[in-house]
Amino acid sequence: MSGLKVRGLEKSFGGLTVAQDIHLDLPPGSRTALIGPNGAGKTTFSNLITGILTPGAGEITLDGQDLRALNESQRVKAGVAKTFQITTLFRDLTVRQNLRLAQQERDGRGRAWFRRADSWAEAEDEIDAQLAAFRLKDMSDKRVDDLAYGQQRLVEMAMTLMLKPRVLILDEPAAGVPSSDSHLITDAIEALPEDLAVLIIEHDMKLVFRVARSIIVLVNGAILTQGTPDDIAANQQVRDLYLGGRHHG
Amino acid sequence: MTDTTITPKRTGRIAGIPFLGEAILIALVLAAYFLFPYNLAFLTRILIMVLLVLSLDLVLGFAGIATLGQAAMYGTGAYAAGLFAVHVTGAPLPGLVVGALAGAVLAFISGLVLMRARGLTLIMLTIAVASICHEIANKARDVTGGADGLRGIRMEPVLGLFEFDFIGKTAYWYVFVVVFVVFLLLKRLANAPLGLSLKGLHESPERMAAIGAPVYRRLVLAYTLGGGIAGVAGALAAQVTQLVSLEVYSFNLSAEALIMLILGGTGRLYGAIIGTVIFMTVHHVAAAADPFNWLFLIGLMVLGVVFFLPKGLAHLPTALTRLVRGRT
Repeated sequence: MSGLKVRGLEKSFGGLTVAQDIHLDLPPGSRTALIGPNGAGKTTFSNLITGILTPGAGEITLDGQDLRALNESQRVKAGVAKTFQITTLFRDLTVRQNLRLAQQERDGRGRAWFRRADSWAEAEDEIDAQLAAFRLKDMSDKRVDDLAYGQQRLVEMAMTLMLKPRVLILDEPAAGVPSSDSHLITDAIEALPEDLAVLIIEHDMKLVFRVARSIIVLVNGAILTQGTPDDIAANQQVRDLYLGGRHHG
Repeated sequence: MTDTTITPKRTGRIAGIPFLGEAILIALVLAAYFLFPYNLAFLTRILIMVLLVLSLDLVLGFAGIATLGQAAMYGTGAYAAGLFAVHVTGAPLPGLVVGALAGAVLAFISGLVLMRARGLTLIMLTIAVASICHEIANKARDVTGGADGLRGIRMEPVLGLFEFDFIGKTAYWYVFVVVFVVFLLLKRLANAPLGLSLKGLHESPERMAAIGAPVYRRLVLAYTLGGGIAGVAGALAAQVTQLVSLEVYSFNLSAEALIMLILGGTGRLYGAIIGTVIFMTVHHVAAAADPFNWLFLIGLMVLGVVFFLPKGLAHLPTALTRLVRGRT
């Protein structure tokens, strides 16, 4: 059980290099944050892992299984799940239906056509438990579109966790969430299952320093430095980068 | 663990009464039978059109596949059933199976290419498929009869019991039973995991991929199912009119089916029924009253629905209650 391993990952669009020799280990239970300025290649990196983009070179393995040959949905089945930078949900369906959809795909019954979708009793209990865990129970029959943005983010997280992933990539989980609600997101991240490997791509430093146990700083598609939150906080290069100081070399 | 008893909301029920919708449908069909005994041929045409629009609803309303070429599968089903009746047997039910298979096979093969496209490209390609079918049927005179139409279809009694009569009584009930059975099956499908996943594809293909659903294959499946149903509709038309003309592939047919669906409301099965019945009735009455300007009335109706009831006429009761209660 070695978790997610990335070795020498490269990607460029024409002359623009967006990922350059990236190495990363994400063992079960890790809470790693990926930070960096706009355009550093954070979302590109997430897209390379989830299969939306194909890398130019490098290896991606999950517990020894090579992920490169798998497409997006096959990688989800293998255990890599993500939330989007901009909430992507089934907006016209209810919260419960959103979770049910993820669950029925996980259980491989997305093509069953005769039984009612809500007639799997155990599955419904599981959805109830998940809704309760994310404090979404009161709004389970509301349309997602009618929820506040912070709650939609929670729905997205709850739904993604229904997939029972081994590796979870959170792409800017707090983006667009009003600060009054951001504790909801932090609480939810802190309550994630202990053995899950989590990669958080985030701009909000308060959130990063609260939940991450290790931090990777990405600049121009390459890893600038990585270490514990304390190391990063003390790193002069990173401070320059974030405080707008002039960087050298 | 306080409230463990959850009563699942039964969607698809009207006013919470089981099978009320179905009962109303049967009552209406019976009433029409006795009220308009000399218009049975027209009523039968409405029923067949309902089936075509239902197939479009599955493809476009549920799965969100934009198409203006549903006639391709309808026409292929019609020719397949017609040729089957001419060359193999005039028994109606095997003919329906042949029509369904023909529609499904065409939808599957064309779907393998079409479902890789989206939006305008997809619409153009669906139109192209129907045009190609039209041209093939036109050129293959020896098989299809070309522009003269496919003649010589002689139908045997349904199940060997019910002879097709001159007034069209048998045809009416035969078509109704087939449409009703397909409707019930579609209703099961709509509330099942597959129905939910089709709605998911409609709402957000990106999210469907992100929860591990094979988006492309699911789209091809939806398109194939819709094609099979359109094939049944075409087969019914061929059997009942005992003639297949090139018109079955016409762009008009696809477009009118789409207008009927929008009129009634996409993504709901009753919408497909309501829209078709209203469109065809208005067409029938208005065209008889004013053969030159009847299209104006249809246009006005569509405009009204699009502006005031964007979710279609099936949404009218909800919209009215909301209006009476005041906006929420």
